[in-house]
Amino acid sequence: MMIHRRTALLGLAASWTLGRSSLAFAGSPGGPDDPRFVVIILRGALDGLSAVTPYGDADLRTHRRDLVLPEPGQEGGLLDLGGFYGLHPSLQTLHRLYGEGQMLPIHAVAGHYRSRSHFEAQDYLESGADDRLSSGWLNRAVSVLQGKTNRPDGYGLAMGLTVPLLLRGSAKVGSYAPAGSQHPDEDLYNQIVALNASDPITGPAFRNGLKARGFSDADMTDMKTPAATGKPHKIDAFTQLSTAAGQMLATSHGPRIAALEIGGWDTHAAQLGRLGSPLAQLDRGIGALRESLGESWKRTVVLALTEFGRTVRMNGTGGTDHGTGTVTFLAGGAVAGGKVGGTWPGLRPSQLFENRDLAPTTDLRAVAAGVLCDHLHLPPQALPTVFPGPKTNPLKGLIVSA
Amino acid sequence: MRFVSAINRFGWGQRDSKASDMPLREWLSQQLNEPDAAIFWNVGSSPDGLIALREQRKTKMQGDPLVKPIFQAEVTTQLDNLLVTDQPFRERLAWFWFNHFTVSLRQGGTRAVIGAYMREAIRPHVTGRFSDMLLAVMRHPAMLMYLDNTSSIGPTSPAGRKSHHGLNENLARECLELHTVSPASGYTQTDVTSFAAVLTGWSIDMKAEQPGFVFREKAHEPGEKTVMGQTFPEGEDGGIQALHFLGTHPATYRHIATQMVGHFISDTPSPQDITHIASVLRDSDGDLREASLALADLHDTNRSGSKFRSPMDYATAVMRALSLGGEPSQPDDPHSPPHQLYAAFASLGQPLWTAPLPNGWSDTAADWSAPADMLARTDWAWRMAAHVRAGDPMEIAHIALGPALRPQTQLAMHHAGSRQDALALLFSSPEFQRR
Repeated sequence: MMIHRRTALLGLAASWTLGRSSLAFAGSPGGPDDPRFVVIILRGALDGLSAVTPYGDADLRTHRRDLVLPEPGQEGGLLDLGGFYGLHPSLQTLHRLYGEGQMLPIHAVAGHYRSRSHFEAQDYLESGADDRLSSGWLNRAVSVLQGKTNRPDGYGLAMGLTVPLLLRGSAKVGSYAPAGSQHPDEDLYNQIVALNASDPITGPAFRNGLKARGFSDADMTDMKTPAATGKPHKIDAFTQLSTAAGQMLATSHGPRIAALEIGGWDTHAAQLGRLGSPLAQLDRGIGALRESLGESWKRTVVLALTEFGRTVRMNGTGGTDHGTGTVTFLAGGAVAGGKVGGTWPGLRPSQLFENRDLAPTTDLRAVAAGVLCDHLHLPPQALPTVFPGPKTNPLKGLIVSA
Repeated sequence: MRFVSAINRFGWGQRDSKASDMPLREWLSQQLNEPDAAIFWNVGSSPDGLIALREQRKTKMQGDPLVKPIFQAEVTTQLDNLLVTDQPFRERLAWFWFNHFTVSLRQGGTRAVIGAYMREAIRPHVTGRFSDMLLAVMRHPAMLMYLDNTSSIGPTSPAGRKSHHGLNENLARECLELHTVSPASGYTQTDVTSFAAVLTGWSIDMKAEQPGFVFREKAHEPGEKTVMGQTFPEGEDGGIQALHFLGTHPATYRHIATQMVGHFISDTPSPQDITHIASVLRDSDGDLREASLALADLHDTNRSGSKFRSPMDYATAVMRALSLGGEPSQPDDPHSPPHQLYAAFASLGQPLWTAPLPNGWSDTAADWSAPADMLARTDWAWRMAAHVRAGDPMEIAHIALGPALRPQTQLAMHHAGSRQDALALLFSSPEFQRR
């Protein structure tokens, strides 16, 4: 695959995007044995209850019967995670990793903020604070970690059109972008066509323009079934980015930290049909990371996180609205996996946050801090710099002891 | 609240939230009563451009090494002003008149002076008399180069008899057809030829210490000339008189009134609107300030969104909505906002100062709404939106569109999963395509 250096073009603060997925990186002192860390931002709010379904909770079906997949063992059913939780069937690779003790979902997590606005919450998530900062927690961690080394691309590396806030800041961050393909994905085009449908000038122009680009009429008019579902992917952008990220992280003096992102999680309607595609993308991406990291996978932690969860109850359009608690995933050879982490808060109405959302029981910052301290050996006294504001207690036991 | 649509209609897209509650006419007149507040950095004058061109030619330099930095500085400072201006109506008028008196990079080697042309011939007259702008334009090196008048020689002038060269009618024809009376006035080929003879000798002295306009007596066609029934004396003054005659002609007022209404109000200007503006021009001796303000009186002025944004309008409005521009930047920095805007004009189909023909860029929706154009806008806006690091997209939408923002667009934005997607939806909405 072609990897185009954009460092010269965009300056050091840039990254790598294809469609709605993108990737960013950052670097470390030693050599091939350095720990590797990949953060995947799931933009748009992943429904944790669909990704890791607590099928053993008796209250689940009362809230969202039509959104719950069959129990493990049945056709199209969940992939079992030890008898209470089941993994969405699109997450085959993650399930395999779970079996190998290399995947750890943590349930009922949320950031420290309680915003239900995507834009605010993503900013807080990436800032690592309850305010919108101009730098991201991963960049501040890189500043602490990179120490004396002087890598050509920095300790960190952003891949995509822009560096996500997560990796922005004073630490030098490298950046890569693939050629071309820098335009919105099919789903967004569909929304744009719908937005213009009744306009005598722009309506036909958008419809005909997309037709000329090879989108079918059905894709553009039927908003209920976005084109992503069930169709083979022409180019899975996220897999490409993951492969490139893995290759760069694997090089002996390459960057050591990378950030990627995927969109498509904002399932306000027809969630059952829509969620499979982004989950499968995530799954393939993590598979690609494992493959391209090769030997270095042993020393890798991948953290996939999202800005907030979704409502426990199904809404009126077969979807879910913005919520609070959700699931986060850790995967990699260095992860102490094979179990589901976190404390299950229960789903009885009185147990829900504001009688609508999964109540958060684990601070997402504590998960990130646990990885930074135990895997990347960030000195604990640096934590207030990385996560300012209320004290963060790093979660223990996320990493296999060497 | 109606005001946002007027700001978009008469300006370049609302930037930040400091829209005032002034009545429309007052807001417009304030901008035209105060002096032009634009400040242009790192630029000289047309003699500087001509000197650079002369040096390059003299030593046969390759690759435009002296002219290129002049051009880049003009682009940077003029487009940055477009992004940040607090006098958007004045600014729109300046670019409107530039397009009326188009000079293009496609012809005549005008790169060294095209930026100076805007600042020297157009801007100072935006609130002055039309005939003064016309004279400034016709004597400017950029126009004389673009429409070949430097090589137009009176056939019976001393230079003509010696060289056997003759008239070049280009400038005279376009001046009658596009800049002033228009074919509706019924001029004939004889008038064109005669007016070309009037303008012989209007040229550029490239050898002077301060190169610029010169009247070359020896290339001027001798004798009186008659244009549209009016007789003009021999010499430079004949040209000045002829331009005053044309610049104050009722047919000219009607023509430019049509252009103004077409640009500001509707692709199909109504006869009443044209008549109103033309009568203001006639009664005020071609006062462009009065005529521009009279646009606020027209019936359809407050009907929002009846004009489709050209690529230049669109890209500028997007960047203004995102509050980009205004930081000091190097003229050759390809990532500075003015250079991004410059690149956007080109990729969306309207490269800066590069109109295909002397009639300038089109002012109608049909020419800017092809399917590929619309997708190019969306793709570009989506990429721009990726750079937005803060700010609530919904707030940006309300500031940019005011009451024109449709609930449907708000709903789509509300459901967007990222700031980038939300802004791409805003910039791809039908209401954002209009002003």
